[in-house]
Amino acid sequence: MKKSIVLLSLLLVMAVILTACPAAPQQPQQQAQQPAAGQCPACTDPKGCVTIGKDEPIRIAWMFVVEGPDASLGTDTKRGVEIAKDDRPTIAGHPVELIGENEGCNAEGGQAAGTKISSDPKVVAAVGTNCSSAARAAIPLMCGAGIPMVSPSNTAPDLTAEDRPAEYWCYMRTAHNDRVQGAAMAKYAYEKGFRNAATIHDGSLYADKLQQVFAEEFKKLGGNIVAQEATDPNETNMGPMLTRIAAAKPDFIYLPIFIAAGGQVTSQAKQNPDLANVQLAGADGIFSPDFLKAAGDAAKGFLWSSPDFTAFGSGYADFLKKHEAKYGEKVLAPFHAHAYDAYNLIANAIEKVAVDCGGGVIQIPRQALRDAMISTKDMKGLTGNLTCTPTGDCADPKIAVYEGVSADPATWNPGADANSNPRKIWP
Amino acid sequence: MLQNLRRRLSATTVVMWIIGLLLLAMVFWGSFQTLVSGKYSGRVWLDLIVFGIAQGSVYALIALGYTMVYGILRMINFAHGEVFMSGAYMGYFVATALENRGTLDSNLLLSLVLIVLGAVVTSVTIAVLLERIAYRPLRRAPRLVPLITAIGASFFLQYTFRGFFGSGVKGYPEAEGLKGTITLFGLQLLKTQVLVIVAAIILLIALYTFVQRTKTGKAMRAVSEDKDAAALMGINVDRIIVTTFIVGGSLAGAAGVLYSMLFRQVYFLTGFIPGLKAFTAAVLGGIGNIAGATMGGLFLGVAESLFPNLVLDGLGIPAPYQLKDALAFLLLVLVLIFRPTGILGERLATKKA
Repeated sequence: MKKSIVLLSLLLVMAVILTACPAAPQQPQQQAQQPAAGQCPACTDPKGCVTIGKDEPIRIAWMFVVEGPDASLGTDTKRGVEIAKDDRPTIAGHPVELIGENEGCNAEGGQAAGTKISSDPKVVAAVGTNCSSAARAAIPLMCGAGIPMVSPSNTAPDLTAEDRPAEYWCYMRTAHNDRVQGAAMAKYAYEKGFRNAATIHDGSLYADKLQQVFAEEFKKLGGNIVAQEATDPNETNMGPMLTRIAAAKPDFIYLPIFIAAGGQVTSQAKQNPDLANVQLAGADGIFSPDFLKAAGDAAKGFLWSSPDFTAFGSGYADFLKKHEAKYGEKVLAPFHAHAYDAYNLIANAIEKVAVDCGGGVIQIPRQALRDAMISTKDMKGLTGNLTCTPTGDCADPKIAVYEGVSADPATWNPGADANSNPRKIWP
Repeated sequence: MLQNLRRRLSATTVVMWIIGLLLLAMVFWGSFQTLVSGKYSGRVWLDLIVFGIAQGSVYALIALGYTMVYGILRMINFAHGEVFMSGAYMGYFVATALENRGTLDSNLLLSLVLIVLGAVVTSVTIAVLLERIAYRPLRRAPRLVPLITAIGASFFLQYTFRGFFGSGVKGYPEAEGLKGTITLFGLQLLKTQVLVIVAAIILLIALYTFVQRTKTGKAMRAVSEDKDAAALMGINVDRIIVTTFIVGGSLAGAAGVLYSMLFRQVYFLTGFIPGLKAFTAAVLGGIGNIAGATMGGLFLGVAESLFPNLVLDGLGIPAPYQLKDALAFLLLVLVLIFRPTGILGERLATKKA
């Protein structure tokens, strides 16, 4: 009797120890061995597999900046993903569940969002982040967990550069590379006769790299870069910095920064008598009606480089209709279509690699999913024909230059026709 | 004699003084280089100083709230930045309403009065509620307790505003009458800057008169010197403390409007950085000291505006304005190390609470 009690308690202790041992993410093979109803084969993928049970949804995460001064950027892409989900509610016979985190448009936010999402073993893939600074913090976390990540709006060149770190293997983007965007604005400025340009960045990865590309291209064309200044994203008093820039006598100022600081620079530059007639230009990060609110009247005549909506695929007009019907307003920023394409890129790849285990159970191998995504070829998306490079550049980039016609945010309807605000003026 | 000297100079003091001298040498070397290079005309420097004074007068108005509360309660009211932010918010709502009615453009003076009134009333209400709810019950608690409470109150206010009005940036409407520049003494100045500087000077004079010439002001000074003795002399200490919060709150409310006139944006974190900077200014001038807070604010504003171009440029640092905030807080650290009582000195009674 006593013996059996000892044995029983020993067994109990053993059982407790065994169950208490968490399935370490480093040993993905364990996940595959769970006795699912559909009896999936043992997972051989080096990064592990996700098993989706019968009627269980496929979990796709987003990491966007949905709060704070840059929330229009994140809300825009979030809506892109949501409309994509409406259009394609099931993938490989399973419904889709979207979860999301705010990435704050900074490294800290990217770190927080990446930690949260990558610790969820059911997440198959992620769309995000919006800001390159956030991406740089989130990518190692996501890749460490083997979750492929497609950004609809990171444009900093080094995220997909040839010499990017090996830990970026799971990352790709449907947004254009700023090598293209910076060069487009430099070309436009030079063609229009500007020769002395100044640039302003805010210390973010996106702004710093973009102004560098612009400066290099502008110099290559034969222009001068007379000043390269920097501010802080939360700075309000731009007067002193602008006075300093004015002393260098530029005729063109390129400020590829974000909304709060961009609005301050724009309105305060107009108050500076030496800069009142200097052409100001920004980039896709402030291509939003919220920028008109922040800059006020000074936004009239402002220039933006941004994706060329007129070059988008035929489905785009339809998308805009759905957007307005669903959210009751015009699109807020330029990357909704890129987010839509990112969702479909993930969905296509899942359908390609999912292993049917029978009984409505599927298994998605992570490395294979990423490989299928990055070998996407000639996918007909809203933003054009998407083909990924081996380092994750999937966009079909066509950049246009837009000009602000009115400072009234209610008139925001970019590129709808020749007279809409803002108006496409190049190419 | 040598022993005596050694006793007075510990190793740390010597190291600190060497660091101080090196920094001073760097400042002089940087300024010298910039001025010798002749890259910037006299007008650039004047413009920078004017920007600094405008920004500095807003800091000074907020700093006064910190300093007065510290003088009386010996506590740092870290929620004061939010009192300022609430004023800026209310100013925004009143200004937008007036803009929609057209009053802002047709009757500028009336609009300004209404905007400032709205802002001041809101800020005062919040400051008084803060005192009543968050600080008064803790008056006899250890000094750390109200400090932590103040930080909590600051977060509470920030996120309450976010909850009510969203996290986006609100753009202040621009009055026609305040657009453009005017020429004063051969200097081209922005109208908003002139307005801000003049308004700040009027408020500062009013405050000075109030504290030095009125009975209540005298009572405030008495309470700040010795609460118990003041109570024995028949001064209602609670009422004087509330008065201090009312005065500090109304200055913060006015500062909120002036700040929004200059920068025309307001959101729920608007008070955070200016609040920290004003706190720095109060410490710079000597906390508890009204003249010190004013001077500290102006000094900080001008330093922020001038030093990056003057010193950092000469030291060959690219894009120096990115380091503006770092410079401001470096000043705070240096003052705390070399002159912990601030430039004008802490004006405290020998018997500290």
